[in-house]
Amino acid sequence: MLHRFKFKHGVHPPELKELTAAVPIRRLPFPEEIVLPLRQHAGAPARAVVRAGDRVERGDKIGEADGLMSTPVHASAAGTVQDIGLWPHPDGSYAPAVRIAVDRYSPQAPRPRLVPEWTRLEPKALVAAIREAGVVGLGGAAFPTHVKLSPPKDVTIDTVLINGCECEPYLTTDHRTMVEYPERVHLGVRIMMRCLGVHRAVIGIERNKPDAIEAIRATLPADLDVTMQALEVKYPQGAEKMLIKAVLDREVPPGKLPMHVGVIVQNVASAATIAEVFETGLPLIERIVTVTGRGVRRPGNLIVPVGTRVGDLIDACGGLTPDAREIIFGGPMMGTAQASLDIPLLKSTTGVVVLSAAETRPQESYPCIRCGRCLDACPVFLNPQLLGQLALKDRYADMAAARLADCMLCGCCGYACPSNIPLPQLFQLAKVAVRKHPVPA
Amino acid sequence: MSQPPLLITASPHLSAGDTTPRIMWHVVGSLLPILAAATYFFGPSALLVVGAAVAGAVVTEWAFGLRGTLGDGSAVITGLLLGLTLPAGLPVWMAFVGGAFGIAIGKLIFGGLGQNVFNPALLGRAFLQASFPVAMTTWPVPGPGEWRALRGDNFALPFASPLPLDTVTGATPLGQMKFEHQATSVVDLVLGTTSGSLGETSGLLILLCGAYLALRNYLNWRVPAAIFATVAALSGGLHWLDPSRYPGAPFMLFSGGLMLGAVYMATDLVTSPVTNPGSWIFGAGVGLLVVVIRLWGGLAEGVMYSILIMNALVPYLNRLTEPRPFGAEPGRIRR
Repeated sequence: MLHRFKFKHGVHPPELKELTAAVPIRRLPFPEEIVLPLRQHAGAPARAVVRAGDRVERGDKIGEADGLMSTPVHASAAGTVQDIGLWPHPDGSYAPAVRIAVDRYSPQAPRPRLVPEWTRLEPKALVAAIREAGVVGLGGAAFPTHVKLSPPKDVTIDTVLINGCECEPYLTTDHRTMVEYPERVHLGVRIMMRCLGVHRAVIGIERNKPDAIEAIRATLPADLDVTMQALEVKYPQGAEKMLIKAVLDREVPPGKLPMHVGVIVQNVASAATIAEVFETGLPLIERIVTVTGRGVRRPGNLIVPVGTRVGDLIDACGGLTPDAREIIFGGPMMGTAQASLDIPLLKSTTGVVVLSAAETRPQESYPCIRCGRCLDACPVFLNPQLLGQLALKDRYADMAAARLADCMLCGCCGYACPSNIPLPQLFQLAKVAVRKHPVPA
Repeated sequence: MSQPPLLITASPHLSAGDTTPRIMWHVVGSLLPILAAATYFFGPSALLVVGAAVAGAVVTEWAFGLRGTLGDGSAVITGLLLGLTLPAGLPVWMAFVGGAFGIAIGKLIFGGLGQNVFNPALLGRAFLQASFPVAMTTWPVPGPGEWRALRGDNFALPFASPLPLDTVTGATPLGQMKFEHQATSVVDLVLGTTSGSLGETSGLLILLCGAYLALRNYLNWRVPAAIFATVAALSGGLHWLDPSRYPGAPFMLFSGGLMLGAVYMATDLVTSPVTNPGSWIFGAGVGLLVVVIRLWGGLAEGVMYSILIMNALVPYLNRLTEPRPFGAEPGRIRR
């Protein structure tokens, strides 16, 4: 069968990107205070290596990696450590965080390079340098990049797949990155190809970003096998498994990772960040964030120090409108609603979407009428109807048997459901329950 | 900055926009032209019978259902659909009882909307058919007579014999075919100028209303498509073998309750499969049973029982047609 660069199922939410798609990236002025949670990603949180009263310069390490699935955390501004204590975390919990009072009149001056030049490094040292720079995936999941770049010996990677889909509605950080920093994306790709010893890379971009497609195409390196693939506009085109299916027509089997079909997937923002840390010599201490939605006065794309509190960021974007009602970190399909303006941004926070009261989803739900729309939406071919009914009866073992583990919580089923049943939420709870009380095989 | 009251909800924070009540009320709306046609053919009796069935369904839902479930519109659909399967001359109290039975025994006893196994409207009709076989098979002929005249003793008291009214009754086209071997012209069937239940008259109109729902994705078009294809193929083949014994495909498609059943009853979201392959099998099964019952069974019409029988198989069909897990066949991975 002819491969048409598509995956099956999925949904077509409104794109809502027009608010910020054409807004150039600008820099957020340093806030007065930075709060850096030591848990920036799944896996082990970092261990604090500073104490209250310590002076830190921009780029200094404040948290040391703790184990293989861990990365260090660095100060994103010069200042004084106020305290290390529990602080509201974007995931809804309280987590240890380092609070830094930012020097009011510090020039936040450039300083000697902390990250070595990449050209002189062997692949292994390159991966170690990327880890030391605290680089994680910037597409939302924040998977430590060095883990992806060190596949086990028994798998062969033939392709680096760069994810420029940005299929979440509203968000435009990857879009603006590709338009404004295409060379950085390509340099990051080059460095990752060197790390992995891979000779082929493909950059996949959804067709709704013609300027990004043009910018990336115009700067493709002549000496490397890097190509650009324009892709259908459909959610979740940027999910790893869907992207691999669409670009390479390979299916990652249940329970397996992209590397098992010979692919490493990295976000364009991650690629640009890898390039940036080697260019500037500073570790990952800032990222590009889209601040958008009808609930914020001046939507835009900003370079933001990691650990900036969302309230400071929103203030810099003109503040909230009177009808602002819900603040979401990430996109509206998978993002997490935030309870307070004090919550800091993480390395993985792709966007801050502020919904007005009229845009928030109604909370009333109805009984399942078995319309089957969730089945037609699910990109991994689960039966969310059955899973949802089981979840409402707390039948978690049966859910595990119905392949709950394959669910990636993309939200397509919940988006499609006319009865407004919170299917992804039910599945997330069930996943936690199954993890706590594993089903005997 | 002072903090406004923030809402905390789970993702996804967007929705496709359709709601269950919206789907239900659209189905109700799409049935109104069919009700209007029934009124055109059978006069005020049509409104009385359908209204009584709706009243029975709604009152029962209100009395025994969970609070607030009337607004989802599903009880109105059950009443409307049941009413459209009844003959025009039926006493209204019977229609009311049928609607009440459909909701109470057909739906609420299973746990309300979404939980029932069988189509509630058809269950109500099956109950009426078993309880009042004569009244349920007395078919007034559409058209003739004064427009405002009733087509039967609609106001007969419960358990009293209906008074004989001066109404022309006649066998349905399927009855004529089965018991008298008389064919009815397909044009009459398509337009609906034949005797039969209120909603089994104009096949063309039902198709149009169904097409509207299918375009809005409010019904799964695969179900009626499978029913039509199966009935057409089977009856067409039999007709080709022995035209004198078996009617042709157009007659089979447009006679009796097939159109209403295929478009509105078999496609009931709750009682049809959730998977698309399951929907094809479900429709094919209904079509097969309709042909078998009509041609070789003891009844002239078989749509109701065909759908009810296939309803019972839906959980099995869902399991049989579970989608293939993404990435499950390693053979599909091309390098």
